[in-house]
Amino acid sequence: MAGAATSKSRIAAGEPLWLRLLLIALAISFLILIVILPIAAVFTEALRQGIGAYFASFDDPDVWSAIRLTLLVAAIAVPLNTLFGVVASWAIAKFEFVGKSLLVTLIDLPFSVSPVVAGFVYVLVFGVHGWFGAWFAEQGVQIIFAVPGLVLATMFVTFPFVARELIPLMEEQGNDEEEAALSLGASGFRTFLRVTLPNIKWGLLYGVLLCNARAMGEFGAVSVVSGHIRGETNTMPLYVEILYNEYNFVAAFAVASLLAMLALVTLVLKKLIEWRFGASTVG
Amino acid sequence: MSADAITVTAPKRSTGSLRKETILPGFGLTLGLTLLYLSLIVLMPLAALVIKASGMGLQGFIDAAFTSRALAAYRLSFGTALIAAAIVAVIGVIISWVLVRYQFPGKRLLDACVDLPFALPTAVAGIALAAIYAENGWLGAPLAALGLKIAFTPLGIIIALMFEGLPFVVRTVEPVLQDLDKEVEEASASLGAGRIQTFVKVILPAILPAVLTGFALAFARGLGEYGSVIFIAGNLPMVSEIAPLLIIIKLEQFDYAGATAIATVMLVAGFVMLFVINWLQRWNKRRGT
Amino acid sequence: MDIEITHVSKQFGTFAALNDVSLTVHPGELVALLGPSGSGKTTLLRIIAGMEQPTMGTVLFGGQDLTGHSLRQRRVGFVFQHYALFRHMTVFENVAFGLRVKPRIHRPREAEIRGRVMKLLSLVQLDHFAKRYPSQLSGGQRQRVALARALAIEPSVLLLDEPFGALDAKVRKELRRWLRGLHDEMQLTSLFVTHDQEEALELADRVVLMNNSVIEQVGSPQEVYDHPATSFAYEFLGHVNRFDCRVEDGKVAVCGGEIVVPSGTVNGDGQAVAYVRPHDIEIFNGAVMAGQPAVVRYLTAAGPVAKIELSLAGDGALIEAEIGRAQLHALDLRVGQPVYIRARKARVFSAAMH
Repeated sequence: MAGAATSKSRIAAGEPLWLRLLLIALAISFLILIVILPIAAVFTEALRQGIGAYFASFDDPDVWSAIRLTLLVAAIAVPLNTLFGVVASWAIAKFEFVGKSLLVTLIDLPFSVSPVVAGFVYVLVFGVHGWFGAWFAEQGVQIIFAVPGLVLATMFVTFPFVARELIPLMEEQGNDEEEAALSLGASGFRTFLRVTLPNIKWGLLYGVLLCNARAMGEFGAVSVVSGHIRGETNTMPLYVEILYNEYNFVAAFAVASLLAMLALVTLVLKKLIEWRFGASTVG
Repeated sequence: MSADAITVTAPKRSTGSLRKETILPGFGLTLGLTLLYLSLIVLMPLAALVIKASGMGLQGFIDAAFTSRALAAYRLSFGTALIAAAIVAVIGVIISWVLVRYQFPGKRLLDACVDLPFALPTAVAGIALAAIYAENGWLGAPLAALGLKIAFTPLGIIIALMFEGLPFVVRTVEPVLQDLDKEVEEASASLGAGRIQTFVKVILPAILPAVLTGFALAFARGLGEYGSVIFIAGNLPMVSEIAPLLIIIKLEQFDYAGATAIATVMLVAGFVMLFVINWLQRWNKRRGT
Repeated sequence: MDIEITHVSKQFGTFAALNDVSLTVHPGELVALLGPSGSGKTTLLRIIAGMEQPTMGTVLFGGQDLTGHSLRQRRVGFVFQHYALFRHMTVFENVAFGLRVKPRIHRPREAEIRGRVMKLLSLVQLDHFAKRYPSQLSGGQRQRVALARALAIEPSVLLLDEPFGALDAKVRKELRRWLRGLHDEMQLTSLFVTHDQEEALELADRVVLMNNSVIEQVGSPQEVYDHPATSFAYEFLGHVNRFDCRVEDGKVAVCGGEIVVPSGTVNGDGQAVAYVRPHDIEIFNGAVMAGQPAVVRYLTAAGPVAKIELSLAGDGALIEAEIGRAQLHALDLRVGQPVYIRARKARVFSAAMH
């Protein structure tokens, strides 16, 4: 009797109508000012000189090499971090051990480190004067100012995304189903594939999505290790900066518009997963 | 009910000690891989920084880390991050409140927009904000007419950090507000409390841990933020040069010691924030049970 | 203070939660609003409290119309089903809340607040728990904190929503008795909502039986149990056997026997429903006049009365009966044993009324 019927009108503990409207108006204005205006600006600036100028921006071969590099970096960093996320969540969510909360904290660490610092530490390790820089140089492998450095820096900043999504999800689901599968004679790996994975697939997808968005859009960390070599070590965000600093605003915003579209697609997919799967189990 | 036989119910922990005796396989393998990967990607590079910094000697470190230019950069980074986090804490509570409590057309769209800063690359946000707040921009022009300059001043940095920080507050406060028992508010009203008294005495204490957590997350993000800031900041030494930018500048000048010292200061600040956030989140969770 | 509810209706969209409900609660009375889920009893309670506004009708408190008054203006003590205690406050602060939020001119001084809260806490036997937080209390203790908190504002009426709903059976019984004692002591006009008929019959001075958004019957527990006014009342209050039958010449045939229907209770001859309480079923070992053959299907003899389930010989319909233990021994019943049964009395309603 209480449920559906009474949840509709709660006069007793509600705000007066004018206050509700004021708060809604405030919330909408804040979101327009802070969030919506910038994304609108990306597209208007990109199209400021017409659609022709917009598409002409993509005639530049350096744009295409930046796009290819961004895809390549994400294609390496995201699967590795996904694998790590799954492995780490299994260890953390399914077992109790000493130091577990410290481990969880350490996994979160990259979120609290400035991306610039993240990039810089790789320079210290793999740069010319770094710990291993000289050794790698002797082997003819360049890490800093090259693709491996970009991948490493990206991996650092996107490190926690998948694990963060999966740990609470797997903890909530407990071990019962897995134990049942094992008692029925399934191997550990099969149990994971057939029992655990189907249970966490939406959460996993969600984590991968966020990880990918960050990997493709990362700026600070890759900026430090990139060296900004045109056509070679510029990812899309880095190339946006170069174009912008050259006052080539239309091209800068045109490339930025691709990244903005990536963000919008990510958002739509994210919301689809949430609505389909229930916000309680993801995020 | 004369005899109070019922004793205190201890808060139950979701993870019982039984977990230790699970028959699930793979603990050694997965934990080993996790530690290995964590060490290689995160811990070893950070250790390199700390070791490098400790090699500088205390005096050398202090000299490099606390030059007047670096001090100005810290002041700017901490100050703007603090102000931006405080503003979005208030705005974020209002937005969460509206999203949780009211029904209105376009609400889902609005809700989706909150996450945009999470998804939008920082450099894209940076050039967009610079375009909007430049003196000929959509908001920059009218504000300039009022004599208020945003772009290329610390105000611009605060705007950029607000953009990056807002979703942290909304997404931490929202679920707590959602779980808040409406009966508690009715109880408060039935006991004679006005709406404002109910908000201040009943609702705010309940969501305070979440608000502080969101604030801390936004602050931590703002401290280290780079991409969205440098386009709008102006980057004038001593005035609008943030600490992460100073690291890059030192690096470009091959001043490794300077970069290391400043990066170490920022790393320590990040560590402190991480533990503060952890502590807040545990407080938040305790409140939730 | 008396409460007068006149012609109150409440509409939620197309759903009528209350349909023209009128009820008077006398000063000092303890009234139970009893009914199944969705009957409208909670909505009625919430309207009395001012948490909902009625679509139509008025609610008078001591002759004063408070229909438009908000919850906080009514001075109504409300105890919530899940207690709604303030988690971040101690037991003491929970109880003190209503005093602390008073406008400054009416607010008691700190020493007085202290005294009043401690007095209330000792009334609900929780004076040693003042410094605890709600999460450190058992369900029954929380319930009593909620009660003390509601009483702190010296309410003119006390409203309780499913006050024992979230407690386990033993605590529930203890608390029920304790609440009755407290009510007798304080003489505060009180209403409580429950779906548990035993609770309503045992605790209340008067029972308001609700179903389908209307009041089915109002009366003392004895009245509503012994003389259910409607077939719903019959079915909802206690166990009952239901027989479809026909009224012919003012009589019905139930369980082999013929029962005279009192005039005026049924609109002439036709389809009807007869109700027989389990303890009104007689069981015989041999054939009796006007008895119906049946077979014992199941019996439980734990407790003072034996519960017996029988199936009728004809259609196999299941019948519940209750007999004393002495009689059970005399009959020497066993599962599978054929017996004869007869209805001692029955209550008949026209099928159309049902």
